[in-house]
Amino acid sequence: MTLDLALQYLVAGLTYGAIYAVVAIGFNIVYSATGIINFAQGEFVMLGGMIAVQLAPSMPLPAAIALAVAASAAVGALVEVAFIRWLRKPTVLRMVVITIGVSILLREGALVLWGEGVRSLPYFTGDEVTSVAIGGARVSPQVFWVLGTVAVIVVLLEWFYRRTLLGWEMQACAANRDAAALCGVPVRRLVTFSFALAAAIGALAGAVVSPITYTSYAAGGPLAIKGFTVAILGGLGNSGGAVAAGLALGVVESFAVSVLPAAYKDVVTLTLLLAVLVVRPSGLFASGEAARLKEF
Amino acid sequence: MTRLLSFLALVALVPGAVHAAPEPIKVGALIAVTGPAALLGAPEARTLEMRVQELNAKGGVGGRPIQLVLKDTGGSPEKAVSFARQLIEEERVFAIIGPTTSGESMAVKGIAEEGKTLLLSLAAAEAIVNPVLPHVFKVAPKDSLAVELIFQRMQRMGITRLGLLSSNTGFGKGGKEQVEKLAPQYGISIVVNEVYDKNATDLSAEVTKMKAAGVQALLNWSIEPAQSIVLKNARQMQLGVPLFQSHGFANVQYARAAGGAAEGVIFPASRIVVADQLPASNPQKPVVEAYRKAYEARYKEDVSTFGGHAWDAFGILVKAIEQVGPDRVKVRAAVEEMKGFVGTAGVFNFSPTDHNGLDIGAFELCTVRNGRFAPLGG
Amino acid sequence: MAGFRLPAPARVALLAVLVVAVQLATQATGKGFYLTQLTMTAYYALAVLGLSLLMGYAGQISLGQAGFFAIGGYTAAFFSTVDLASQRGGAAAALATRVGLLVSRPDLYGGTTLGVNPWVGLVLGVALAAGVAFAVGVPVLRLRGHYLAMATLAFGTIVSAVVVGTQRLGAADGISGVPPFPFLPGLRVGGGGADRVANFYVAWGLVGLAMLLLGNLVRSRTGRALRAIHGAEDAARAMGVDAARLKVRVFVLAAAMAAAAGVLLTHYVGGIGPSEASVMKSVRYVAMVAVGGMGSLWGALSAAAVLEFLSLRGVFGAHDDAVFGGILLLVMLFSPDGILKLPARGLLDRLRHRPARPGEGS
Repeated sequence: MTLDLALQYLVAGLTYGAIYAVVAIGFNIVYSATGIINFAQGEFVMLGGMIAVQLAPSMPLPAAIALAVAASAAVGALVEVAFIRWLRKPTVLRMVVITIGVSILLREGALVLWGEGVRSLPYFTGDEVTSVAIGGARVSPQVFWVLGTVAVIVVLLEWFYRRTLLGWEMQACAANRDAAALCGVPVRRLVTFSFALAAAIGALAGAVVSPITYTSYAAGGPLAIKGFTVAILGGLGNSGGAVAAGLALGVVESFAVSVLPAAYKDVVTLTLLLAVLVVRPSGLFASGEAARLKEF
Repeated sequence: MTRLLSFLALVALVPGAVHAAPEPIKVGALIAVTGPAALLGAPEARTLEMRVQELNAKGGVGGRPIQLVLKDTGGSPEKAVSFARQLIEEERVFAIIGPTTSGESMAVKGIAEEGKTLLLSLAAAEAIVNPVLPHVFKVAPKDSLAVELIFQRMQRMGITRLGLLSSNTGFGKGGKEQVEKLAPQYGISIVVNEVYDKNATDLSAEVTKMKAAGVQALLNWSIEPAQSIVLKNARQMQLGVPLFQSHGFANVQYARAAGGAAEGVIFPASRIVVADQLPASNPQKPVVEAYRKAYEARYKEDVSTFGGHAWDAFGILVKAIEQVGPDRVKVRAAVEEMKGFVGTAGVFNFSPTDHNGLDIGAFELCTVRNGRFAPLGG
Repeated sequence: MAGFRLPAPARVALLAVLVVAVQLATQATGKGFYLTQLTMTAYYALAVLGLSLLMGYAGQISLGQAGFFAIGGYTAAFFSTVDLASQRGGAAAALATRVGLLVSRPDLYGGTTLGVNPWVGLVLGVALAAGVAFAVGVPVLRLRGHYLAMATLAFGTIVSAVVVGTQRLGAADGISGVPPFPFLPGLRVGGGGADRVANFYVAWGLVGLAMLLLGNLVRSRTGRALRAIHGAEDAARAMGVDAARLKVRVFVLAAAMAAAAGVLLTHYVGGIGPSEASVMKSVRYVAMVAVGGMGSLWGALSAAAVLEFLSLRGVFGAHDDAVFGGILLLVMLFSPDGILKLPARGLLDRLRHRPARPGEGS
């Protein structure tokens, strides 16, 4: 394996890893606030891409993306209000199954609205054949957009959680919901907000990556699986872990193609997930102590 | 126990056939409208619905309208089996058009034969009609024809080292098998041979492997959006070799999706996609032009080869009924002896030993010029 | 149905009567073709029953039931279609044929093949599924909550990916041409229209048998221990119930039932495809258990019978998945204990934002 080839695999891996990381962050946001794993997170990513493509012909690209993000956030909030909010003391079983049902409905809704075809936004800079050289590897400029967007998302979220009142309140919610409620934190609204935020982030990622990967009504499912593999690997609720695990998984998958038949690429990821669940369910980066205290 | 009794009531309530005059001819269809083969099945279903409506508007066949009973199998063989039995025994359909995929066709062909119902499969696998079963026909050209056309061109271009990519669907698998089988006959060795998941959104790792192996051409066999993705990956990475696709590429939405990366790609296609560029002397021209105009006007989307299969199957069935009347035994024989039927996939010549009826003339080697499909010529 | 409970053997007898009545009705009305779909329904119901035990009584969620079903089905399909005719001359083959492990069979085109006895496929398929369930279950069932759901989801997706990616297993086309299963002399699972009535009785007979056995299990000490785990695991453990071991056992039993169902359905239909292993199928099984009521075997059976039958008849059309997803959602939102225990009063209270009275479920 020459350096050039390794570089090519590496860049491909980082690109996809970044997307997995964003999906995982979306899972983490909801999980932190509510203890729920939202299986519909992949669909939010899909919606971002699909809605943006729908709007793109009628307005400048940034506007289309912004509207798509807002629309997805609205859908996220709607999902929470319609399906989650008014349940009392739901069991884990129930929540898992409900979010699965929501993801199926969102997917079928997308099929009815947009059909089975694939769509994508135009490249933000350049087009389908432009590429930039990094060392001996050649990558599309869109890759930089993807990595840049993910980096901005991560940084903004960090700032949000640490420096804004809303962020603190959400952290309080995550640490101990009842105590936070007693302190006057508007827990119910924050839960809705967390769904909207997760959806918005997912949608932005979906829009920015669609020139490379295309979206279609069924694009959410496989993404969700990769996303929560990464979320588990990094430790649920740990966003730094999610980024590290996401990038790592993307790179591992990419290099795996050089040794395994590509058909088994997903099997690698899933077996890794299974192995982690069995051996170290708190994730690779979490402290075992803290994880044991949290039942999920 | 009321729960189980209510189940019985449901069974009793399912309506049986209601007869009205003039009695329609029931034609069954097993199509994978949703699921992994939706890109094949959805256009097929739309084409069938369109043709049935057109025909009924003109009074049907021999004064009797056609009633289309279409079942969505989702691409799964067990559903195909269940619906096949339902169509044959309950709906008592005159004939069945479909299934869409080879896997489903293999699963139901025995049932169709047992039920003595004509089956016009839209799938490509040779095994569907080889060995021949009297009631089982197929209207899609076999993959080996497409492969041979590609290999003939590659031989002329002096290509001996090939990189092959295929998806893990029935379509991809069928092509891969034929490529592997026929490559030695054309002096071509497959130095990289990769199968990717149908949901794959990036093939740059696979293309990298090819660059490392020094391939002289890349051939991709799939029906997924991956067709467009691989073109972009290859061009961005400046792989620098000719790019070939299967006839799954023969839907201009893929060329559009790949934009500039699709220029110069070579692929076999049925003449539907270059209908406007065919010489007037080509016998298929009126047929494919008519289909393309009607489909694009009605559904506002581009035609594809696969919808054309449904067109052909329906056309063959209707012609046979027009020739000998709605008699099952006679129609089967009429189809088996049909010669010179001009369809979208080519000119069909059936015989008791050939239930496919197409030869290498079925495909036209095409390329992409300025974002449009054009015959390759030369 | 509070207050009135038929003793278990009587319920099974009633099921038997119903099954016979349905068959005679279809014969009388000339709708014998319904039997095909009813037979398929019975085999799917077996998988659902296993899941019902796991979800309802042991309180564990599995999104991998279709994976076990596929393990059984693909093992059976693989072994019964592999053609060892080339080995016919060898001594090993001769011995195996005498012992009954290999059987000669005419194929569709007039030749004879030397295949493996379908019973081998059944035993291997069930054993493999049970083994995998044990290997996955022991470590994962120590965890709680979402973890098992995800582990079984991962497992189910792995099976799906392996099955689609492996040429020997037919890849995307699956395996077809699976011969009938020789159940008893003169009685076989599969075959054409002539065997239809016999197949129907075999399938529903097996369902009846399962109901009897599972019913006994549920009423036994093991069953009570299971319910204790579901209700309050820590308390149960404090009282000496070996929760972990019990959960694993039920998980393995559910997997074995799914695998057996897979074997029989594959022989009946004559083939299997990768769609049987898909996550959507697992979700369907979960939906049917949820509708029937988590703690009710008869509820699960009824739900499976109705829903699967309607699906096989194509009543849900192209929106099959959406229907099951929607049903699952509705049931989980409004009536998590199953449709048949719909807490009507509790529901109204909730809609009016009144606190529920003690004793009403949530």
